[in-house]
Amino acid sequence: MAIKKPIVISVLVFAIILLSNFTETNPYFTITEKDVAFEVPKGFPAPTYTFANNKPTPAGFTLGRRLFYDPILSKDSSTSCASCHQRIAAFAHIDHTLSHGISGLIGKRNVPPLQNLAWGQSFMWDGGVNHLEIQPLTPMANPIEMASDIGDVIRKLKRNPYYREAFKEAFGDTLISSERMLKAMAQFTGLMVSANSRYDKFMRHEDTLTQFELNGLVIFREKCAKCHREPLFTDESYKSSGLYPDSTLNDPGRELITGRIKDENTFKVPSLRNVAMTYPYMHDGRFRTLEQVLDHYSKGDYYMLNVTPELLATRDMNDLEKKEVIAFLKTLTDKTFLYDRRFADPTYH
Amino acid sequence: MMCITTVLAVVMSFSAIAQPLQLHFRNVVDGKPIALEKDNYKNGLGQSYTVSNLKYYISNIQLTPESGKELTDSDYYLIREDDSASMNITLPHIPIGHYTRLTFSIGVDSLHNCSGAQSDALDPVNGMFWTWNTGYIFFKLEGKSSASKNPGSIYEYHIGGYKAPANCIRSVSIDLTGISLMPVIVLPPDTFHKKLKITGIDISADISKFMNAATPIDLTKISSVTDFHNAAKIADHYQQMFSLIKKDYGY
Ligand code: HEC
Ligand code: HEC
Repeated sequence: MAIKKPIVISVLVFAIILLSNFTETNPYFTITEKDVAFEVPKGFPAPTYTFANNKPTPAGFTLGRRLFYDPILSKDSSTSCASCHQRIAAFAHIDHTLSHGISGLIGKRNVPPLQNLAWGQSFMWDGGVNHLEIQPLTPMANPIEMASDIGDVIRKLKRNPYYREAFKEAFGDTLISSERMLKAMAQFTGLMVSANSRYDKFMRHEDTLTQFELNGLVIFREKCAKCHREPLFTDESYKSSGLYPDSTLNDPGRELITGRIKDENTFKVPSLRNVAMTYPYMHDGRFRTLEQVLDHYSKGDYYMLNVTPELLATRDMNDLEKKEVIAFLKTLTDKTFLYDRRFADPTYH
Repeated sequence: MMCITTVLAVVMSFSAIAQPLQLHFRNVVDGKPIALEKDNYKNGLGQSYTVSNLKYYISNIQLTPESGKELTDSDYYLIREDDSASMNITLPHIPIGHYTRLTFSIGVDSLHNCSGAQSDALDPVNGMFWTWNTGYIFFKLEGKSSASKNPGSIYEYHIGGYKAPANCIRSVSIDLTGISLMPVIVLPPDTFHKKLKITGIDISADISKFMNAATPIDLTKISSVTDFHNAAKIADHYQQMFSLIKKDYGY
């Protein structure tokens, strides 16, 4: 009996290790050198995050992906990054106006999509986060998102046989540190590039747009592109889109970070790539459809605090024009990105 | 004969010898060691307070020699009252000689606030990192005060910010005139290998000076500073809390 016990335990441990490695040995989830090559798409500007000190490797990316999908990062192991950022919605959260975190707590803002993050100069609706690598610390520390302490998370990872192996594979030795964890996650999120929508193919002369969509593009360039600048569809600035502040949320936007009155009620201009997939819209998710967004811009009933001239140009679109713009926005849906197997949940059986 | 030349060589190359120098940070209140969560202290307004947590970053350490170029150390150090090892900073190669000034910064410069994931003193596990508005907390002091109107009578100063609206990096300059860093050479009887004893400079970080500075912090009014509001004012206070502990530094 005394002899048998360890055998039973080691068989069990072996089985657990086998199970936890199962998905990574499934060819669908296998990441190769080619999968982690970062290329700047034709027509894109130089990225902000260049991976200079964090060259992606298959093992690093695989580790980052696992962390992204693992609720171990939250206090009660209930919530992973992917609980809020869903792949089918370009990593936004379909049909949730405000984010939902641990114990069903409701957050203050709408979940944005995750795409082309390597070009981001700052993150979050208020730009409070200045670097892609440290971004995961924000939801982890947020008491209504993942509510965990980074020190506790590192301790949990150190106790986990899968991660001891995975960190060693990614970094050469068994040290598990926040720096390594964050770098692995940045390899995963930084490689989320969306640049293969019908719009992109049209720009590369590989595909055509319908006349209706082209009309939308013309209006878009005239009225919207000053803020939603091509090809990223954001100029990374903070602007007011004229929304009346929600009196229950009282979100001051960028002013929270800078303390400047001229930043009150301004928010990061969001990219519009994959926008047909990322409803609801705006920082508080107040609009459910693109029609509602277009009505807002067209009606021009703006909350005028800190409104800039670019916004006034969006007024007075007729119904046809609005439909054309929406048709154009739908050409920004990038199926290559949405169905990219590299970003799929490796823990899903 | 051999032995004599070795000794001579050691003596003659004194000026080129570098040795480690330790900076000892001594966190005190009114000159006495802090008793965490125990003793009650009083500020200049007669308001009592305790200290339960004290941490701060020291960086950009520079030593000015009497002649020659300034020596600069580019590392970051987190001094924590709950970890005595953290209070000793070792600068490994300081040439012996006379120095006139020690300067250092309290805080983390803009480059290191914008560099992504970092390790050691700058590892976010140290609890000195703001996630909602990226940046390091340069100085953290927490405790209780009967004057505070916060729940649980706590007071808390989490001060950071490397750019507008609150730049809280502060530089401290300490006069070292009259202090010479001389090597301590131990020649054990059986060998002629020189051994240099670490010499050190003691710096006092006095919380009573922080609380009082030019005008005392009123704990009824300013008992919680955790973002840029009032941060620069508190930073001016921590700039005032450092001084040299006078003792016999010459050897
Ligand atoms: C509870 C839901 C929730 C969880 C869990 C969550 N996020 Fe988010 N995420 C959000 C919300 C909401 C925002 C916008 C926050 C804001 O603007 O204040 C956001 C913003 C982001 C952004 C910035 C995008 C941009 O363009 O500015 C990134 C990147 C991101 N999250 C990655 C992650 C990662 C990595 C994790 C896991 C460590 C994670 N998120 C976990 C809800 C969540
Ligand atoms: C003045 C700059 C500016 C102009 C011009 C502008 N937008 Fe916006 N747009 C913004 C900002 C800022 C937001 C985010 C506002 C918020 O959440 O409070 C936004 C949000 C959006 C969203 C929601 C995206 C999401 O993921 O939630 C859509 C869709 C959109 N804009 C489409 C358009 C269209 C179409 C036009 C042209 C008719 C246009 N915008 C013109 C600045 C602008």
